[in-house]
Amino acid sequence: MSDPVFKVHCESEDATRRFARSLGEAALPGLVVALVGDLGAGKTRLVQSAAEGLGVDSSVVNSPTFVLIQEYEGRLPVYHFDTYRLKDMDEFLELGADEYLSSDGVCFVEWADRMEEVLPRDRLTIEFEITGEFSRTLHLSAGGKVSRVVLARLEDSL
Amino acid sequence: MSVDVSSIRYVLAIESSCDETAAAVIDSDLEVRSSVVASQYELHRDFGGVVPEIASRAHVRRILPVIDQSLKQAGITLADVGAVAVATQPGLVGSLLVGLTAAKTLALTLDVPLIDVNHIEAHIYACRMAAGRDVFPAIGFVVSGGHSNLYDCTSPVDFELIGSTIDDAAGEAFDKVAQILGIGFPGGPAIQRVAEKGNPKAIRFPRTFLKEDRLEFSFSGLKTAVLYTAKGVPGSTKKPEPLTEQRIADIAASFQAAAVDVLVAKCEQALRQRNRNRLCVGGGVAANVRLRGQLERMAKRIGVELHVAPMSLCTDNAAMAAIAWEHLRRGRFAPLDLDVTPGLVRRKR
Repeated sequence: MSDPVFKVHCESEDATRRFARSLGEAALPGLVVALVGDLGAGKTRLVQSAAEGLGVDSSVVNSPTFVLIQEYEGRLPVYHFDTYRLKDMDEFLELGADEYLSSDGVCFVEWADRMEEVLPRDRLTIEFEITGEFSRTLHLSAGGKVSRVVLARLEDSL
Repeated sequence: MSVDVSSIRYVLAIESSCDETAAAVIDSDLEVRSSVVASQYELHRDFGGVVPEIASRAHVRRILPVIDQSLKQAGITLADVGAVAVATQPGLVGSLLVGLTAAKTLALTLDVPLIDVNHIEAHIYACRMAAGRDVFPAIGFVVSGGHSNLYDCTSPVDFELIGSTIDDAAGEAFDKVAQILGIGFPGGPAIQRVAEKGNPKAIRFPRTFLKEDRLEFSFSGLKTAVLYTAKGVPGSTKKPEPLTEQRIADIAASFQAAAVDVLVAKCEQALRQRNRNRLCVGGGVAANVRLRGQLERMAKRIGVELHVAPMSLCTDNAAMAAIAWEHLRRGRFAPLDLDVTPGLVRRKR
């Protein structure tokens, strides 16, 4: 049975930013956020605002496509992965991904659909549906305890 | 440690960042005696097949054979090594630690100075090597797949980061746009080739922060604008123009023009803000013909000396070793408890 999906309609970039900031505020230790969406969907933007919600100075958050992983200091440690350049899941694991994924920080994984098998079942998946030039519908689903609690906190805050 | 620098003949430079395990020997006349990079085919063959580039375990396996090879090619032994230089940033923590541990061990056992080098700064220092004379103080600009960094360089060993990207790096934008247009990888050369037949004024793409004083880049919006132009605006009933060969060329040329405009403008702003009259450019994107042309025009217009690092000096780590000599001559040694500063771990400013 697939997990129930919670939909959030964001009519503007600002609305997406506000949602992401709430996500950062609702985040708990050990949360893994799996981001699924095409180029230009706004994955990095979402992480920037979510990191801000986690107390990270958002000006230090940029795309980890080249460096594969970035680490920021916020209320919790924030790990930002980009699997765009990775050839396969082995390369992802060789980065030490499983250590980060099972840590007490908050992990954001861009292009998560390419690494699904190695991600923990307990993750908050966010799928980006591009509905207009600046509007997005985000499809959220939680696969375990931590992600469910965070999703509930997030729903309450919206 | 008391060290008589004038008695040192050879520096061994070690690097294990994301992409390659490398070692070079450079002598006191700055002549490169050897430069061994383990991403080369011959070395993959010698060292047991192609290994995943990013794996620190691969670095562990390769580092000693690479160091060995570099000494052999230089015709020296470990006893001749007068100092050990190591790249401690940027890169992946696990990978960098391999090179650092090897370098520390050698420095300790040989009782020679350890020198800490930032690989990115070596891209700028390559300009100094190519020029064959002092080029500092200068504004340094490293533009590559992973970096769009502006530095105020007061000396060959004092670089202050004064600007960088808030999202995608310039080279990354080229790669992603090439993917959107379906014209191949790596994106830089592909865009440049296709753009030759295109009209750079066909589409007016955004030039983020162009008119603002801040020394920051943002290429994410440009990438999305290209996406919408090529594939259509989501939710709109208006169909995009068909992606004919000419249309692709026009988009590529217009994208390249927008990206280059911003890169050049920010260099100019940095030069003015810091009142410098030299610009040193390094990194893979510096090979872009349009970027070079526009940088040359800008430099001429405002009366600034332009140096562009030849790629050959950026990719083998000879420049890194040469920077090590600059540190050595200034007595700037690193302590043995030196740690890595991976570029990927960004802390609050």
